[in-house]
Amino acid sequence: MRPLLDVRHLVKHFVRKQGLFRAPSIVKAVDGVSFAIEEGEMFGLVGESGSGKSTTGRCILRLIEPSSGEVLFRGDNVLEFSRPRMRLARRDMQIVFQDPYSSLNPRMRVGDIVEEPLVIHKLGTKAERRARVAELFALVGLEADHLARYPHEFSGGQRQRIGIARALALNPALIIADEAVSALDVSIQAQVVRLMVELKDRLKLTYLFIAHDLRLVENICTRVAVMYLGKIVETGETRALFARPAHPYTRALLSAVPVLDPDTPRQRLELDPDAFDRDAPLREIAAGHWAAV
Amino acid sequence: MTPPLLDVQHLTVVFEGPRAALTAVDDVSFQIAQGETLGLVGESGSGKSVTAFAILRLLQPPGRINGGRVFFDGRDLLALSEREMRAIRGARISLIFQEPMTALNPVMRVGDQIAEALRVHGLATGAEAQNRAVELLRAVRIADAERRVRDYPHQLSGGMRQRVMIAIALACQPPLVIADEPTTALDVTIQAQVLELLRELKAQYRLAVLLITHDFGVIAEMADRVAVMYKGALVEQGPVRQILRAPAHDYTRSLLAAIPGGRR
Repeated sequence: MRPLLDVRHLVKHFVRKQGLFRAPSIVKAVDGVSFAIEEGEMFGLVGESGSGKSTTGRCILRLIEPSSGEVLFRGDNVLEFSRPRMRLARRDMQIVFQDPYSSLNPRMRVGDIVEEPLVIHKLGTKAERRARVAELFALVGLEADHLARYPHEFSGGQRQRIGIARALALNPALIIADEAVSALDVSIQAQVVRLMVELKDRLKLTYLFIAHDLRLVENICTRVAVMYLGKIVETGETRALFARPAHPYTRALLSAVPVLDPDTPRQRLELDPDAFDRDAPLREIAAGHWAAV
Repeated sequence: MTPPLLDVQHLTVVFEGPRAALTAVDDVSFQIAQGETLGLVGESGSGKSVTAFAILRLLQPPGRINGGRVFFDGRDLLALSEREMRAIRGARISLIFQEPMTALNPVMRVGDQIAEALRVHGLATGAEAQNRAVELLRAVRIADAERRVRDYPHQLSGGMRQRVMIAIALACQPPLVIADEPTTALDVTIQAQVLELLRELKAQYRLAVLLITHDFGVIAEMADRVAVMYKGALVEQGPVRQILRAPAHDYTRSLLAAIPGGRR
């Protein structure tokens, strides 16, 4: 079966000017990333700050123009789309951002925020759009009489629900959740994650779940890819990868996650960046489990 | 029995509002013995940071202490003059913040910031303070400390900045450190290193730590005892194993249940 999203050799280099007399340096934020997500999957992309996971997400939607590579959505390379076609494609691919405080326009009523994508894409009459917004509010667990309020009147968790409602307005197939629950308290985080999982089943969504929280990804994602300095160093079924991490970076990362039991012996593995070949290609070390070792 | 190093009794903090006062810390009592780490855990708005600020008497209006007593080393901090309090802050009780980039002075070399802590409290001056700064950077495992003392904060990584904060906090060898979300802004591998460092320094200096965090993982790694805060009040406190394995209060249970991969 053809995957819903097929990312191939995605590259994003940023050129950093270093003053008048020095040659500009190149930051390889995304350095040849490939992965595929099947329809209905929740795919986790994990890594630490600077690993390139967010840039990857943004390149897929062309919020940042990638330097090279292919992003096949239902078989078509979105990187070759004209502007009008890209706009159309974005109906199918939406993003939920990390910060519920800065991603909602503070001067717009939340009903208008959620309606805006429908307006931009000229969908439905005013009345139909209003009905759709009410439906979306119900879907994410917000009350219809909140529609006329402003973002500051909501808590972080509620704001993230508004962000999700906005992302769902156009009935997308793919949601890119970029650290969508990272800023939330743990109990609120659990509620929003539960909502996202419910919506996935109900609306047949596919997720690219970008996160730094390994425990969270382990719990909700079927497959996962680990990024380190712009490259995927390991990918596979979540359970297998967490049980038998093969790449030194994955091992160090997993060993750094605090354990909830004070009596579990800690086996911290330090990463020695010189101990592995950063250019090693991914190879299949077990069925469906790939590592750059 | 030796009295506890820090003894907080019925501490209450209110924030005066235009219509009503909000009780941010509600009759909170706990003790910390010398060398002990107490984890104060709760979600945003629970009052855990306000508690720390109240102990150090750093609350800004409209916040004010409305009741209770805070004994440190036998003295009631709430009864001290501001001048006496200044001699305690940084020297006897020091504070490590979450965000080293905002807590450090961006236009001052890190060595000078450590030396300043020593100078302010009259512990060392001039070349001696500078030498001490190098020693402290070594103590927090910063490689090439002789060179790094001359760096500005922006030249350091997030993990190194947090180590500098810890060095400043330890400069006067205080018996008590209050660490407010010390690793929350750090990547998980860097967090592991900083926690490891804190554990070593704790043993080496016999430090008592009031560790404020929202993360039960950090609690499990660091704390001897845990106090759980919810809406300004302590709902439960006890030894770390008891709280993690057999939480008595519904809120603690729900908090633990919300952790991905945590307790059911």
